[in-house]
Amino acid sequence: MTRVHVALGRRPAARPRQQAPDPAPDPVPDEPPMLLRSVGLTKVFRTGGQPVHAVRGVDLWVRRGEFVAVMGPSGSGKSTLLHMLGGLEPASGGEIWLDNQRVDGLTQAKWAILRRRHIGFVFQFFNLVSSMSVADNVEVAALIGGASRRAARARREELLADLGLTAKAQAAPSQLSGGEQQRVAVARALAHRPSLLLTDEPTGNLDSTNTSAVLRLLRRSHADGQAILLVTHDARAASMADRVINLFDGMIVDDAAVRPASLRGNAAGSVLDLRG
Amino acid sequence: MRLPLLALLAKEPAHGYELKARLEQTFGDAYSSPNIGQIYLTLQRLERAGLVRGQDVVQSDRPNKRVYELTAAGQEAVATWAEEPSDEPRIRDDFFMKLALGPAAGVADPLTLINRQRRHYLGLLRSLSTLAEAAPPGNKIGRLLIEGAMLHLQADLDWLERCQEELL
Repeated sequence: MTRVHVALGRRPAARPRQQAPDPAPDPVPDEPPMLLRSVGLTKVFRTGGQPVHAVRGVDLWVRRGEFVAVMGPSGSGKSTLLHMLGGLEPASGGEIWLDNQRVDGLTQAKWAILRRRHIGFVFQFFNLVSSMSVADNVEVAALIGGASRRAARARREELLADLGLTAKAQAAPSQLSGGEQQRVAVARALAHRPSLLLTDEPTGNLDSTNTSAVLRLLRRSHADGQAILLVTHDARAASMADRVINLFDGMIVDDAAVRPASLRGNAAGSVLDLRG
Repeated sequence: MRLPLLALLAKEPAHGYELKARLEQTFGDAYSSPNIGQIYLTLQRLERAGLVRGQDVVQSDRPNKRVYELTAAGQEAVATWAEEPSDEPRIRDDFFMKLALGPAAGVADPLTLINRQRRHYLGLLRSLSTLAEAAPPGNKIGRLLIEGAMLHLQADLDWLERCQEELL
């Protein structure tokens, strides 16, 4: 599968010209280029009495094809962060750069176009269109993303076959189990071949078997070159990422590559010692 | 090591290598089986304790093998083992002691400790996922053991998060 990258829409004219921020700390020369970057990103909610500082100066980056997970306790600001990075929630301060273009000041309409073309979203609750079949949910996403009818259909068939859902293509979402609906939601998010997949607790509502299925799907799409930013409480999901960021109280307190740890020759026994 | 061997012998008499092979077959790559030396040593001890009885079987083309079977006392030991809830400490944890005493001793910073431990747990989860994928689908016991180890790590990570919330 070749990944075609379409140039982003132009920046709003009103914004002064700016240079892209410096590359991430410790740049390695042959690393892939930056895809997403936030600089000093903040979010303050001012509903009611005291302002709530949900996100307090976050610098993060996702390289092209990279899989990054964001973990942290509930209330640490991880969902708010993801929503800002996808333009679903305006930032209170700081910058967001997507493909070396500044996007944090875009209007809602411009963000909508950007998402349609470049960003896929998967949420905890599948948000499928209940009045459309499974097939149409996926196919329409490809069409809106700019694919021709023929290409959209082919893409839909490819994705549903990949997910083992071909037999359910004409079913309504409500006829599917939660796990199946979430797999359809992932297919829909990938239908337009986004450069970035943003996902918020995609396994939060699933049992162990369906969690495995959705994780397998994410891992496979990452292996195909898909960049993913995953917000999750699920350590198993986070451990699949190239890098895990830990958010605490609206700030990044850790950001490190996931390196397989040695099981010291004793496999599962290095964690669980069977006695007797 | 004593009770797993007794449990295997409760099914049928066997010699040392057969016991090792049966353990390997049960757990697959999910758990490393004891080496043959440990098994022989344990069998000797069990025999001295009167829980098993060994009998040498003459083989024409190779050294004699010693086949073991359970004694009545051995049967009793396995039955008692199976009937009792397992009440030994379930978790050994060195990390929490570091977190509890390290910062006050001036030898460790809590955030550094927590971050390092989280990275390690995530790395273990990653390695176990790889192991789980490689496990043959037919080996239910092996797969469940890996899943158990992963669930324990998830609990450890939740605990770490609680420590982070309370201590930082």
